[in-house]
Parts: sequence; C-alpha cells; structure tokens
Amino acid sequence: MGVSSGSIHNPAQPLPPGPEQDALLKGVGQELQEKGFILSTVDGLANWARTGSLWPMTFGLACCAVEMIHAYMPRYDLDRMGVVPRPSPRQSDVMIVAGTVCNKMAPAVRKVYDQMAEPRWVISMGSCANGGGYYHYSYSVLRGVDRIVPVDVYVPGCPPTAEALVYGIMQLQKKIRRTGSLRR
Amino acid sequence: MALTEEQVEALRDLAEHVAAILPNDIVRSETRNQELAITILRGSLIKVLSTLRDDSNCLFRQLVDITAVDYPEREERFELVYNLLSMKHNQRIRVKLTTDESTPVATATTVFSTAGWFEREVWDMYGVYFTDHPDLRRLLTDYGFEGHPLRKDFPLTGYVEMRYDEEQKRVVYGPVQLKQDFRSWDFLSPWEGPLPGDEKAGVVQVGAPKAGDKG
Repeated sequence: MGVSSGSIHNPAQPLPPGPEQDALLKGVGQELQEKGFILSTVDGLANWARTGSLWPMTFGLACCAVEMIHAYMPRYDLDRMGVVPRPSPRQSDVMIVAGTVCNKMAPAVRKVYDQMAEPRWVISMGSCANGGGYYHYSYSVLRGVDRIVPVDVYVPGCPPTAEALVYGIMQLQKKIRRTGSLRR
Repeated sequence: MALTEEQVEALRDLAEHVAAILPNDIVRSETRNQELAITILRGSLIKVLSTLRDDSNCLFRQLVDITAVDYPEREERFELVYNLLSMKHNQRIRVKLTTDESTPVATATTVFSTAGWFEREVWDMYGVYFTDHPDLRRLLTDYGFEGHPLRKDFPLTGYVEMRYDEEQKRVVYGPVQLKQDFRSWDFLSPWEGPLPGDEKAGVVQVGAPKAGDKG
C-alpha cells in the first residue's frame, strides 16, 4: 500500500484499483525482476508497517466491548487487516477505549496509555468514551476519555456497530499514512 | 409472576407465623402485591434475621439483598430493606427498619456472611453505619470519594470531576464545571402531563360543533 517504486507516486495516497494501479504494480514487479530491489522512502516503509499491524490494547469497559469483539470475530475479522488484540500495553500500538470510563477506572486507563510504547494512538469508541454519553451528568463517570488521554479517532454510536469500529480503524490507518513519519 | 391460590394462602400463613414467633419485634406487617414485608425495631435486627433463618417454618437461608431508601422528610430518614429467600419453602420476605445518619445498625454479617458487601454498598451509597462490621469500607465509588451519592441531598453531578494534569503527570480531581446544565425532559414522560400531540384532548373548543349536534 504505502510502498511504491520511488519518485513517481506519493505513498500517502494509495492508488485505487484500476489500470493505473496495474501499471504501477507491473513497474514494481519489473524493477524487482531486473534489479532485485525497489526504492521507497523510509517514512513510506514505516507507515506501511505501522498501518499493516495496528495491534490494539483491548480496553473493553462496557457493552461497546461486545461490538469490539464482534469486529474481531470471523464476520468482520480484523485479523485480515493485521489488527490483533494484545493483552499488554507494551506490545500494542493503539488503545481502543470501548465503553464508559468511570472515575475509579480513569487512573488505570491513563496508566495503560503511559505504558504503551511510541508511536501510540487512541480510538475512543462509543458515546460514553467520546463525551460521557448517557452518563454525562453522573457524579462517577468521566465526561469523555479525551479528558485523560489524547484521542485520535472518535467512533460515534451507542454502541457503534462492528462496521463502525472497523471504519474507525481504517480512518486511523489513513491518518497514520497521511501524518506518520519516523521522526518524532 | 402472579402467585397461585395456594402460594397466597401459604404467604398468609407465613405472615401469621412470623407475627406469632416475633411478637415484640415487629412494628408492622403488610402484604402488598403478593409480597410480604415486615417492619421491625432497629434493635431486634439480629434476632429477627436469625429467627427467620433458623425457624423450621421459615428457613430463609438466603439473604438476597440489603438496600436502603432515603426519605429526607422523615424523622429517621433511612429505611433499610433486607430481602430474604427461603429455597425450602419457595417464599420471600422483606424486612424493613428505619435509621438515620448518626444511628448505627447492627451488622448482619454474624447471621449471613454475604451481608458484608451489601452493607459496604449501603454504607457507600447512603452513609448508614453498621457496628461490628469486619471491613466497612466504600465498595463502589472511587478511593477517597466524599459524600454518599444516593442520598437525596447529593447533587446528580457531584462536586468533583476528573482530568489529566500535565504537570503532575497523573489524573487529578477538580471542581465540577459543566458546559451545559442538566436539563430535565420530564414533560415527555408518559406518567406526567399530556403526551405530545395530546395537548388538546379534553379541551372543549368554543364554537366547535358538539358531537351529536345536527347541522
């Protein structure tokens, strides 16, 4: 996706399927045949690697977690996009906060985020994580997870469908492809 | 689920039996919606619970729940509710007693070991103190939480809210600041006022032809 043969094509904008893409792939193949190597940018390569294996920290807190599980299950199968749930923040790239974050849980959410290695992203899933949702006026619920961690993608819904979450992950991939770089 | 004829009969027998074995402890006994509830003196809680548990005609061996109700207008504002289940006789009973903020209640953990967390929850939510409880801490709210949220005088939104402090590098509490006040949409409630679209029901319009008018 992000890897392309050198100068002609901008890796931030993947080509849609069509004759243009075919020509590009053919060119890459030919180059590989003749020279044995292809040229790309380091950023392009890094973004390709990052978008191709977004390992999420599973943070299922409420009913949204069920929809998140649906997204991992065979029907939508996030595995095919390289999204494999991790049980440890040390191994994960993105935290999917799925559900109501209450005040008692907030320090734990922040701690998990702090333990994640850079580069890291956060997807806020569902109304409760986005802005408190149904519990906005509650004495014990955080009014949006963005009060404690920076959020990259908000997935609306109560709960969002599995498709919506998959779309959110694809939006995040797009964001990484557009803005990501090896430099910090 | 509605009780059968025999079950209603059995419940009536139970009410009489309980009144007979605990004559000096029960203040009131009533059966409403096919559910038996007895109100007892605060001091007789342990006696009543252990009698209900051990008496062969009762055998309420399970404490299903302890909760409380806040009636701010009453002299003793809290009403504690103990729900008991007898698996042996397939019956339930509700035991109630009253207390206030400063009057402690004897712990039921000596009779039912499950009462521990239930009483912690009641302490957390209402601030009713239980004497001799082995570990009376808050159960549900955050560590260091102040107040008792299910009291009627506790505001819905509480007093504090949480955010991440960039300088201290941790989440901290601050005073609550709402961008928009809580709005009550109760006028849409089907239990209060007319339903939307129903406003003109029952209003007699002047000059409108009455039903039955001819021409």
